[in-house]
Amino acid sequence: MKSIYENEMKLEFLSKSNNEAFARIAVAAFASQLDPTLEELADIKTAVSEAVTNCIIHGYEDMEGIVKIESRIYDNTIEIEISDSGKGIEDIKTAREPLYTSKPNLERSGMGFTIMESFMDEMKVESILGMGTKVTMKKAIKKYEKSKEEECMYV
Amino acid sequence: MNSKYIAEDKLLLLEINEELDHHTTETIRRKADFEIEKYMPKKTIFDFNGVTFMDSAGIGMLLGRYKIAKMLGGSVEMINVKPSIKKVFDMCGIPKIIKIS
Ligand SMILES: Nc1ncnc2c1ncn2[C@@H]1O[C@H](COP(=O)(O)OP(=O)(O)OP(=O)(O)O)[C@@H](O)[C@H]1O
Ligand SMILES: [Mg+2]
Repeated sequence: MKSIYENEMKLEFLSKSNNEAFARIAVAAFASQLDPTLEELADIKTAVSEAVTNCIIHGYEDMEGIVKIESRIYDNTIEIEISDSGKGIEDIKTAREPLYTSKPNLERSGMGFTIMESFMDEMKVESILGMGTKVTMKKAIKKYEKSKEEECMYV
Repeated sequence: MNSKYIAEDKLLLLEINEELDHHTTETIRRKADFEIEKYMPKKTIFDFNGVTFMDSAGIGMLLGRYKIAKMLGGSVEMINVKPSIKKVFDMCGIPKIIKIS
């Protein structure tokens, strides 16, 4: 079957904290085919790290489970879906508010969702209590300015 | 993380050389608290020269150390912060609380 996307990938891994670095590096490597700037790449890595960490500490509360990542590329855009089958979020609106955390005793700052939202172009959160949570993020990678310079050389 | 204490200035220098996420902050938190409680420095400086990545776990870790250092009568500063990490600090309003120089 031919994919409707230019490229696609899927990853599944155990909810271990040392997979946080693995996940963000893997997604950054996949995103690099869009020729992102270093800043865009750093934004993607940070957003992925936030979502994966949330699956591990909130979704599974440090018990073992599977974290899934699906990523797709189309129209110079990367779409990243990060999900767990953990405890779910009761009130998504409150959870998304800056500084809100259900674990203040663990020195969480409550800025994860705010960072994902501002570092990516779009962020959607879907969750069912007792079933799990899925975060979908999108970021358009701007076409490198060099095309303009190259055009000038042709004139 | 490497640490250095300069007794005559009551200055504690904490050099972080890892990516700061939920996985790595646990160890750094323990080591930093140990040093801060041992020396009760007047100033604690986190050197970010070796930090190439940080997410909100780093923010939580730093705010926690800031509270402890302050409670023990000291202040906290950060140096050599790379632009990609400064962006996360700015987003979280950290420069209003902890000095970045
Ligand atoms: N995958 C998830 N499963 C269950 N609950 C979640 C999940 N992701 C987020 N939450 C809930 O949403 C809240 C806000 O998440 P956010 O990432 O913004 O902050 P935090 O993780 O608590 O702190 P920080 O990310 O700054 O360390 C969490 O405290 C948690 O209650
Ligand atoms: Mg979080």
